Amino acid sequence: MRYVRPSTLEDAVGLLAEASGKAAVLAGGSDLLVRMKGGFVEPELIIDIKAIDALGHITESDEGFVIGAAVPCAVLSENAALRGAWPGVVEGANLIGSKQVQGRCTIVGNLCNASPAADSVPALVAAGAKVLIRGPAGSRTIAVETVPVGPGRTSLAPGEIIEAILLDRRQPRSGDAYQRFTPRTEMDIAVVSAAVNLTLDDQGVVQSARVALGAAAPTVLLVEEAAKILVGSRVDDRTLDRLAEACSGACRPIDDKRGTVEFRRKVAGVLAKRVALTAYQRAGQK
Amino acid sequence: MAGIAVSTIINGDKAEFLCHADETLLDVLRDRLGLMGVKEGCGTGDCGACSIILDDRLVCSCLVLGAEAEARRIETVEGMAQGDKLHPLQQKFLEHAALQCGICTPGFLIAAKDLLAKNPDPTEEEIRFGLAGNLCRCTGYDKIVRAVQDAASVMRGA
Repeated sequence: MRYVRPSTLEDAVGLLAEASGKAAVLAGGSDLLVRMKGGFVEPELIIDIKAIDALGHITESDEGFVIGAAVPCAVLSENAALRGAWPGVVEGANLIGSKQVQGRCTIVGNLCNASPAADSVPALVAAGAKVLIRGPAGSRTIAVETVPVGPGRTSLAPGEIIEAILLDRRQPRSGDAYQRFTPRTEMDIAVVSAAVNLTLDDQGVVQSARVALGAAAPTVLLVEEAAKILVGSRVDDRTLDRLAEACSGACRPIDDKRGTVEFRRKVAGVLAKRVALTAYQRAGQK
Repeated sequence: MAGIAVSTIINGDKAEFLCHADETLLDVLRDRLGLMGVKEGCGTGDCGACSIILDDRLVCSCLVLGAEAEARRIETVEGMAQGDKLHPLQQKFLEHAALQCGICTPGFLIAAKDLLAKNPDPTEEEIRFGLAGNLCRCTGYDKIVRAVQDAASVMRGA
C-alpha cells in the first residue's frame, strides 16, 4: 500500500484517475480505516486530501456556505454562523459517533460511505444541499440525494472526488431539524431518522418544505408527498397527523433485531412530526 | 519495505519515526515509540481507550494513520503529569477511585483533559456526553464523572 498527500485537488484527481489498483480517498478515515482493518477493503493507494488547503475550510458568502470535504464534523458545530443558519444540518453531523469520531469524521465521508442510516445525510437532503464534484472530466454540481444509490454505493464516476457541500444562503423565517431513534443516546446508529426544512411566509404559513427520512429505505428518502402536506399549513395537529401518515407510508425499511418494519414505519411518522414542529418553531424565531 | 519518514511533536518534544503506509498511529505510538499509555481496545473507534489529542482535537489514534501525523502535535497521557506532580485529573481519579483495571483510564484522562480545555465548567450531562466515546466496564461512570467535576473545580481555582 502507498500513502500520498497531494497539495492540490488536480493532483488528487489525477492520482485517483491514474491509479492502477484500488485507490481510496482518505479524509476523516473513520469509515475507511475500520473497513481496512476488517479486511473489507485493501486499497493499493491511499490519497489523503487533508493537505489540500481549500478542502479544510467552511466559507460563507452571499450565496451560502461551502463546506470543504476535509472539514471534521466537530468544526461544523463550532461554526456559529453555520449553526445559526442550518441547525438541523449541524445536529445531524453532531450525532455521528463520539467526540473522538467527530474530531475526524466528515459529512462528505458520511455521504460517500452511503449507509442508509448516515446521520448527516437526511438533514442535508432536507436542506436541498448540493455537492461539488471534481473529476477527470472537470467539475459538476449535483443534488446531495443523488450521491448514494444503494448501501455502500454512490453515483460518483471513477476518478471523481467530492470537493465540497454547498448550502444555500438561508431565507428569512426558515428552520430545519433532525432527529433519530436509537436505543442509547450516543455512539449508536439510527434505527430510523427524520429531517424537515421549511420556510414560512410573513403570515407564518409554510411556503416551502422538504422532508427526508433516514434508515427507512436503501438510500435516504426525500418524501415529496409529506412536504406538500406541510406547505400551506401552520403545522397544526391535523397537518402533523397527515405528515406522520405520509412518512410512515413512504418507508421501505428492513426488518432486523434493531427494529421491525412496523416499528420503523411508526417511528418515522412520530419523528417527522417532532422535527416538523421544531423546524417550525425555529423558523418563527427568525 | 522502505518506511515513510514522519516528523511530529509528541507531548512537547520533537519525535521522528518511520512507519508503513497502513500502520495506525496507535501502533506507531505503542510499538515504535514505546508510549504504552495509549491502549488498544476495539481498534475501530468505538471504545476510546486509544484517545489522543491531535492538534488540539480529541481523536481515536486507531482511526489515524501514522503517516498522517507529519508536522502535527500529539498529546498522550504520558504528557499529563509535570515531573512527579500529577495533573489534577490524575490526582482526582485517584482520590475518587475512578479506576479499577485501568485499561480505559488513559483514554478517559485525555478525553476529560480535552473536554475541560474547551469547557472549564461542564455540567454533569456535558461530562457524560463528552465521555460517551470512552467505555469503562469496571468502575462504572459515576466515580469518573465526580472525579472530572472535582478536577474541573480545582483547575478553575475554585
